[in-house]
Amino acid sequence: MNTFTFSQATGVAAAVQDNAAHDGAAYLGGGTNLIDLMKENVARPTHLIGLKKLGLDAIENLPDGGLRLGALATNADTAYHPEVEKRYPLLNQAILAGASPQLRNMATDGGNLMQRTRCYYFYDLATPCNKREPGSGCSAIGGYTRVHAILGASEHCIATHPSDMCVALAALDTTVRVSGPNGERTIKFEDFHRLPGDQPERDNTLEPGELITGLDLPAKGFEKNFSYLKLRDRTSYAFALVSVAAALELDGNTIKDARLALGGVAHKPWRDKEAEALLIGQPATADTFRAAAAKVLTGAKGQGTNNFKIELAKRAIVRALKQATEMNQALDANAFQNSNP
Amino acid sequence: MSHSTDYIGKPTNRVDGPAKVAGTAKYAAEFNVPNLLYGYVVSSPIAKGKITKIDAAPVLALPGVQQVFSHENVPSLAWLDRSYKDDVAPGGSPFRPLHDAEIKFSQQPVALVVADTFELARYAASILHIEYEEEAHETELVKHIDEAYEPGRGKTGYKPPKSRGNFGKGWKQGVAHMEAQYSHHAQHHNPMEMFASTVEWLGDKKLNIYDKTQGAFNSQQYVMKVFGLSKDQARVVSKYTGGGFGSGLRPQYQLFLAVLASLELQRSVRVSLTRQQMFSFGHRPETLQHVALATAEDGSLTGINHFAVAETSQFEDFTENVVGWSGTLYDCKNVSLGYRLSKLDVYTPLDMRAPGAASGSIALEIAMDEMAYAAGLDPLEFRIRNYSDFDQAQDLPYSSKALRKCYAEGAAKFGWDRRTATPGSMRDGKLLVGWGMGGGIWDASKQPAVAKASLDADGHLTVSSGTNDIGTGTYTIMTQIAAQSMGLPLDAVTFVLGDTELPEAPVQGGSWTAASIGNSVVEACTKLGEALLKQAQKMDHPAFKDAKIDDVEFANGQLRLRADATQAVVLRDLVQASGEPKMEAENSTTLAKLELLKPPTHSMHAHNAVFVEVKVDPELMTVHVTRVVNAVAAGRILNPKTARSQVMGSVVWGISSALMEESVMDHRFGRYMNHNYAEYHVPVNADIHDIDVIFVSEEDDKVNPLGVKGIGEVGLLGVAAAVTNAIYHATGQRVRDLPVTIDKLL
Ligand SMILES: Cc1cc2nc3c(=O)[nH]c(=O)nc-3n(C[C@H](O)[C@H](O)[C@H](O)COP(=O)(O)OP(=O)(O)OC[C@H]3O[C@@H](n4cnc5c(N)ncnc54)[C@H](O)[C@@H]3O)c2cc1C
Ligand code: SF4
Repeated sequence: MNTFTFSQATGVAAAVQDNAAHDGAAYLGGGTNLIDLMKENVARPTHLIGLKKLGLDAIENLPDGGLRLGALATNADTAYHPEVEKRYPLLNQAILAGASPQLRNMATDGGNLMQRTRCYYFYDLATPCNKREPGSGCSAIGGYTRVHAILGASEHCIATHPSDMCVALAALDTTVRVSGPNGERTIKFEDFHRLPGDQPERDNTLEPGELITGLDLPAKGFEKNFSYLKLRDRTSYAFALVSVAAALELDGNTIKDARLALGGVAHKPWRDKEAEALLIGQPATADTFRAAAAKVLTGAKGQGTNNFKIELAKRAIVRALKQATEMNQALDANAFQNSNP
Repeated sequence: MSHSTDYIGKPTNRVDGPAKVAGTAKYAAEFNVPNLLYGYVVSSPIAKGKITKIDAAPVLALPGVQQVFSHENVPSLAWLDRSYKDDVAPGGSPFRPLHDAEIKFSQQPVALVVADTFELARYAASILHIEYEEEAHETELVKHIDEAYEPGRGKTGYKPPKSRGNFGKGWKQGVAHMEAQYSHHAQHHNPMEMFASTVEWLGDKKLNIYDKTQGAFNSQQYVMKVFGLSKDQARVVSKYTGGGFGSGLRPQYQLFLAVLASLELQRSVRVSLTRQQMFSFGHRPETLQHVALATAEDGSLTGINHFAVAETSQFEDFTENVVGWSGTLYDCKNVSLGYRLSKLDVYTPLDMRAPGAASGSIALEIAMDEMAYAAGLDPLEFRIRNYSDFDQAQDLPYSSKALRKCYAEGAAKFGWDRRTATPGSMRDGKLLVGWGMGGGIWDASKQPAVAKASLDADGHLTVSSGTNDIGTGTYTIMTQIAAQSMGLPLDAVTFVLGDTELPEAPVQGGSWTAASIGNSVVEACTKLGEALLKQAQKMDHPAFKDAKIDDVEFANGQLRLRADATQAVVLRDLVQASGEPKMEAENSTTLAKLELLKPPTHSMHAHNAVFVEVKVDPELMTVHVTRVVNAVAAGRILNPKTARSQVMGSVVWGISSALMEESVMDHRFGRYMNHNYAEYHVPVNADIHDIDVIFVSEEDDKVNPLGVKGIGEVGLLGVAAAVTNAIYHATGQRVRDLPVTIDKLL
């Protein structure tokens, strides 16, 4: 960990200004990711700007029927907020599938979007990594790739975005509100995270110094038929090998609307609108689900030790859609897989 | 006749529990001695090569940085390998930290930065520029099987496995056969408490060393020999240990570094390792194993073949008993065993809970399951048909062996008789259900150890021995034994350990502590009792005039006649009458040492049988261990409560080994890549469901006077195999490479 200065920001404008005034400044949310990265010398900010006093921790209803999550609301407060539990249970499940209670109590919603990959090589200064040090090479390719991408990777980086919460946010068509040196703007969730391409050091489309202030959920929450299915190496406190956020609007057995996003498989939460189109208007049957799963994984490429994730993802998609369809029965038959301990 | 002070065998809360819960129990890195300096270890990024340059100047220029130690400025220390060998060192040439420019393994400590604060030391370490010349390393065991050799020079106590009969003949005699290869990967101990040493400089090379270790005396000997210190210059204290599992059996390099810095700077210094650095030393070695079994018409084994290759470092031959157990556990005339090592560019492996047996029992007990299926027998019935009533490996009768009871009581509790044999034939709704079993055998051993019993004028008994409590419950069971021996209530007894100023005890490992220290405590208390009786006789107490020690008993704080309990004298009064502040007695180890030299007359072992239920999702192939029954025969159980915890912990570890735990090495870098708690997976609470622990009754008057065999390790045996066997029973998939992660079942 390097030496750094610290200031506690009291307003959004002041925070943005403070950031602009320091070379190598970083915002500090709950610190559950950034501090770890600093201890490992992966991140070496010279100045930290504390955000906890910004007053951005409220969760409020929006006039259009949506819900605004303050960027500094904790993951725990968000998951357990009555409006989230009632109207966006998919988000509740996804958040609770991640990390541990202690971490979720500290972690903020803004920080969750911004958390960095868990690629083993990214964390270890002894191994080259394009994301950490552009141009140094990607150690993961040809190595141990259990938590790596099967979709949308590039020859420069095969890392995944590790968040669970973001998979649900992607499925729910969230809008990210940001404030920066050039004022305020909004970013559609699908445009927020990016694929690595030849710039793996960039995880997302935020401009330098921009601050996330909030997340706007649209009114539609798919609270009747949804499932967040996370497959991992132990039942809790492990990152997803594959996770699926599935949300359906059903009319009898016909799918009127559908959302499908995957975690643990790509550099960003992997929403597949073409697969969703294959679901819409179809009967909610295993065949329909399998067709959608096949579409999502078209073009998937394994990296060796993670080849299994392609088949696992297909099965997980089918299962998640099935669970979303048969909400009540599914829960007990698959209590283990679907639980969020 | 039972007394209110009879504690042995009764469930008793940990006497050190309150201190641990309240945070008053201090661990090695928590002794905040005045004027402390902090050392931070710099670890090598490469697995093999040379350091060509260390640029310490910019680091030394930072205000508050005291020194950068490396091979370039380490003073000349002990020269001979012998000086670096600790009590449990294997054969070879021990690693010497900062000795020369050579890199022998990834994460090797290459420098120690010492500064006024921990944060500064860590920062300074991060900017210390070191250049390396890399050489090609070899870390992949499977590529080096051909070079494997039979280790000649093992660890003290290591015996090469012995074959018997003629396996080839036995194989031909068989009507059913199985043959398969098994493997598991390296594991790191990862106790919660990271390794740390706080060295307090008391002037004139006199040091108080607070060390994380499983053997204070072992650390002391090492420091004395390497740095040329006398016994009273190197006091080692280790009162509490936050888990060990074997990792603290050998002095670790932070001890060397902290002592070095303290002596050189003449200051108090602390060095603690990071979680990442906990992957930089000993580990359970990866093994590749081959097992072949054959059975006759009646299911009796006609031949057993078990061969293992394990990794070791380039500089030491780490040996453990992986295959030997296969010649003992089951009855068979023709047994062929082999064990070889292959040298890799890694640190020397290290004993880890049930060393050798945990690895060997994975292969043997899966193979037994495969053989049972090949022979058309129930796995339990198959084991019973091959029950060993006489140790054929040592050619000795068992001192006691209640494994049959483990089978019977474990199976009954589990409901094994409701099992249907065909894989995939049992279901719970949509989930596949699998029932599997396994078991194992572990040495019941005892080491010479000294204990001292001291009764003060207030009637408080202090019993001491320089052993350790790595969380197993040593404090508690020794207090129980001493209290019962002297007829005192628990709160009138204090057991003291973890200090080289105390009577000498061996390292805490091998499940021998209960037997070794426990029996010493009994002996010391008996001697104290004799002294107390003498004192009573001196006092002209008519009832005791001609009494022999067997005529009296200690109960309710008194010395009294067995024949007439009203004839009694309060212990406290005896001490007061002696005119001394306390009365003391120590046991002698002469007999125990002689016993070690004598050939054994009995085979002394603990056994277990474990039954496991898994539920598997047939599409996603996720596995959950829903039920475990572990029946253990380990002689007398001193404290069912702490003993049960030991076995529960073993079961959790077995599940871990079966399903998730492995140190994953990227051979291109020769480096373990999942070196943190987020990625080195061990079970969380949600992975663990019902665990039933049964201690079957087993009386043994030959193993040692207390009749205890130790329970720290035996509970682990067969668990991983039983889980794997249960997965086979559920799915029909036989996985032979552990852990059985989801990818291996898809
Ligand atoms: C052991 C472990 C296990 C975990 N397991 C999971 C898991 O299973 N699933 C999962 O989803 N997550 C998991 N997490 C990750 C956890 O969810 C994230 O660490 C957390 O969400 C980050 O939030 P934070 O507020 O602590 O971010 P911080 O650590 O404070 O910041 C992270 C990054 O975001 C930036 N930042 C923070 N706030 C803002 C803002 N408002 N605007 C712009 N930039 C900002 C910081 O500068 C920094 O770069 C795990 C973490 C750990 C340590
Ligand atoms: S996958 Fe990406 S993060 Fe991982 S080593 Fe390669 S470049 Fe770095």
